[in-house]
Amino acid sequence: MYIVIAGGGKVGSNIARTLIGMQHEVTLVEQRRDRFRQLEGEFGHSAMLGDATEIAVLERAGIARPPDLVLAVTGDDEDNLIISQIAKEGYSVPKAIARVNDPRNQETFDLLGITETVCATSGLLGLVEHEVPEHGLVRLLELRREGLEVVEVQVLADSPAAGKRVVGLSLPEGSRLVSVMRNGVAEIVEDETVIRPGDQVVAILKPGAEDKLRRALVG
Amino acid sequence: MKAVIIGCGRVGSAVAKQLAGEGWDVTCVDEDENALARLGAWKGGFVVGHGMDKDILEEAGAAAAQAAVVATDGDNSNIVIGQILQRRYGIDCVVVRVLDPARAEFYAKLGLRTVCPTQTAISTLTEAVRACETGGIRQVTG
Repeated sequence: MYIVIAGGGKVGSNIARTLIGMQHEVTLVEQRRDRFRQLEGEFGHSAMLGDATEIAVLERAGIARPPDLVLAVTGDDEDNLIISQIAKEGYSVPKAIARVNDPRNQETFDLLGITETVCATSGLLGLVEHEVPEHGLVRLLELRREGLEVVEVQVLADSPAAGKRVVGLSLPEGSRLVSVMRNGVAEIVEDETVIRPGDQVVAILKPGAEDKLRRALVG
Repeated sequence: MKAVIIGCGRVGSAVAKQLAGEGWDVTCVDEDENALARLGAWKGGFVVGHGMDKDILEEAGAAAAQAAVVATDGDNSNIVIGQILQRRYGIDCVVVRVLDPARAEFYAKLGLRTVCPTQTAISTLTEAVRACETGGIRQVTG
């Protein structure tokens, strides 16, 4: 594959190294001269100096070929938005993935049609929630394009679902239980599966049904 | 009629005063509170904050605006904020300053009203030189 990476910081340079190791063709664009010099030492001609929000710079990076994938991973959300938009709307790049630095900007990426995004802060927050069971419900995976999410709920002794069969639970519309993790072993949920205190239940649901699902399982 | 001006520098503040003078209800947004001084005796609104921030745009009354001018000192910020005003608040008349002619042209094709002072300067300067020649100045050639 041919891949253009905009932003040669820790994220961009590590991805470039991995992709080159996997025999992909990569161009890594960095606008800071000092950082570019370091990258040039490691990546040679695969590193390029320039501001990737400038159309001429993107063209030198081969945006018109077009690349199979553009990764906009600079430290600036506006820049990542612009790079992704120019790639997708100007040069029909089939896939552009943007880094979201400030999770509050996620909404703007969605609004401007940049739906494939990665936000390290949100990811870390998800992991923190995972370690803090009081929240009751933890988001494991968000399938944005499909409009679904996978969540995990910890069932306690006093939870309304404890001791009940799955078929007897009144779950909200647009939700389904997938598995229970019990004593370190995961089982796929059947109608007859009995939910027990201490179970970690994984469910798939449509966004918006989280609260109802939480109430149905843990009160 | 209500207008929001994002970026109250030399350009934004002058446009704000002009529109206010013509009877518009104008609110300016700038990250720097000192930018208010550029507006002189100002009766309109002024909000301190970043134009990407939803709360700031709402405080400035973006939802009720008929027009918006985006003129911060960053091209990419202007383009993003312009699209937010267009798409989230449905403002028909969003005018965005973009200094880079290539990006100005690209986003104009995507339906954003971009104004490129650099392109204007290029055209005006070239025109001025042509005017000199037709005015009878002899070209020196080797």
